[in-house]
Amino acid sequence: MKVLTNYFKSLFLLELFRGLSVTGRYLFRKKFTVMYPEEKAPVSPRFRGLHALRRYPSGEERCIACKLCEATCPALAITIEAEPRDDGSRRTTRYDIDLFKCIYCGYCQEACPVDAIVETRIYEYHFENRGENIMTKEKLLAVGDKHEAQLAADIEAQANYR
Amino acid sequence: MEFFISLWETLPSELQYLIWTLIKIVVIVAPMMLAVAYFTYAERKIIGYMQVRIGPNRVGPKGWLQPIADALKLMFKEIVIPANANKLLFLIAPAIMLGPALAAWAVFPFDEELVLADINAGLLYILALTSIGVYGVIIAGWASNSKYAFLGAMRSAAQIVSYEIAMGFALVGVLVAAGSLNLGEIIKAQQGGLFSWFWLPLLPLFGVYVISGVAETNRAPFDVAEGESEIVAGFHVEYSGMTFAVFFLAEYANIILISALTAVMFMGGWLSPFQGWPVLGALFDWVPGFVWLVIKTGFFMFLFLWLRATFPRYRYDQIMRLGWKVFIPITIVWIVVVGLAVVYQVPWWFD
Repeated sequence: MKVLTNYFKSLFLLELFRGLSVTGRYLFRKKFTVMYPEEKAPVSPRFRGLHALRRYPSGEERCIACKLCEATCPALAITIEAEPRDDGSRRTTRYDIDLFKCIYCGYCQEACPVDAIVETRIYEYHFENRGENIMTKEKLLAVGDKHEAQLAADIEAQANYR
Repeated sequence: MEFFISLWETLPSELQYLIWTLIKIVVIVAPMMLAVAYFTYAERKIIGYMQVRIGPNRVGPKGWLQPIADALKLMFKEIVIPANANKLLFLIAPAIMLGPALAAWAVFPFDEELVLADINAGLLYILALTSIGVYGVIIAGWASNSKYAFLGAMRSAAQIVSYEIAMGFALVGVLVAAGSLNLGEIIKAQQGGLFSWFWLPLLPLFGVYVISGVAETNRAPFDVAEGESEIVAGFHVEYSGMTFAVFFLAEYANIILISALTAVMFMGGWLSPFQGWPVLGALFDWVPGFVWLVIKTGFFMFLFLWLRATFPRYRYDQIMRLGWKVFIPITIVWIVVVGLAVVYQVPWWFD
């Protein structure tokens, strides 16, 4: 009997018509596509994008050259050189992140005791020449200065969970 | 204007005939090519929609210029001819594919009086021409001198030849029922509204014809000849640029042809579905037959895309089983049934 029903099912293409009805219904379903350059998907405050170095409200850079980020970086993307500044405080003379090596794990941000190195929400950037992939201290600070308000708000929003 | 008319009259009558025929051909082929271009767009859109995506929407408003952009891209691409390929066969193969797909339209009745060549053996002509298309695939696969292309050619040779038989038998049923090989006569035999069309008395043949049509055009779920997941692109792996574009054109021209033929053979061609019905018949009387034909053809073209969006590729031995052990017996049995029905003038179709 079962053989017979199977036989009729396949002969009259019943299962195939059911398949067609599924795709037929999906033809009229609402589409979820985000029209990317015009529309953008929402970004979490935890998003790990391009890096930035932050400053205190006084304008003094936060980084104290403790090198914890360099030590924790699993991809060895961070290179730091440090020496005492004229006023005796310890500062970096060189802070490079190689974005080709970076895996955007966010460990540097977690390791940082003074919230100096952070990963921003920026995910639209590109390089046109060799060498531009190295984010120098100046570039990182510039990114930080530009987006300080957003960065402070994001860190504030995440403060309870860290 | 008068100058041109007098110039026209000075031409010898053979030349006049030739020019007229060429003009008629252009009138059929040019819209055909446009339809093919926009059919590819429709395919990407509809399959996209069925996969809950949007499909091409960047080139021009709503992506309407996408096929133009595709065509331009393909035209400017380099045609690579493999070092050990047979150059003549390699270049001739796409033309062999495209030629019959376009030539078959010569006997196709677009409306009651609108036929380029109203020949008596129209059905036979179409069967003959669509069979030539196989050689394009086989020659392409052979001339490429590539393993994948050769595998694709072997597969499609076996597949198309098997389904050609089922398809031919399905058409024999139509021809028995209509009593003529002339496509116009076949349509006229279906007079009298939706339920007097041949799809109902010849339902099994109709199903077999549509499915064999999909197999014949190497479309999913019967696209083992291309089978991109196992043999890259099958018979046309080695083709690039315009030669590839011609294969593409041929494939879609074939789909349109098969759809249009299904509309003629089983769906009453240019006839109105409400013909002779009490109220609706008079209501839709003003619609020209060509519009009905386009609507019917469009439905079957949509069906091709729908099938492609729905079904995974058939396994090769299952394709062969379906063709030889299911379709051919069904068609043979039903031809006998139709033959008896015609002989004994069974109501409502054959009396």
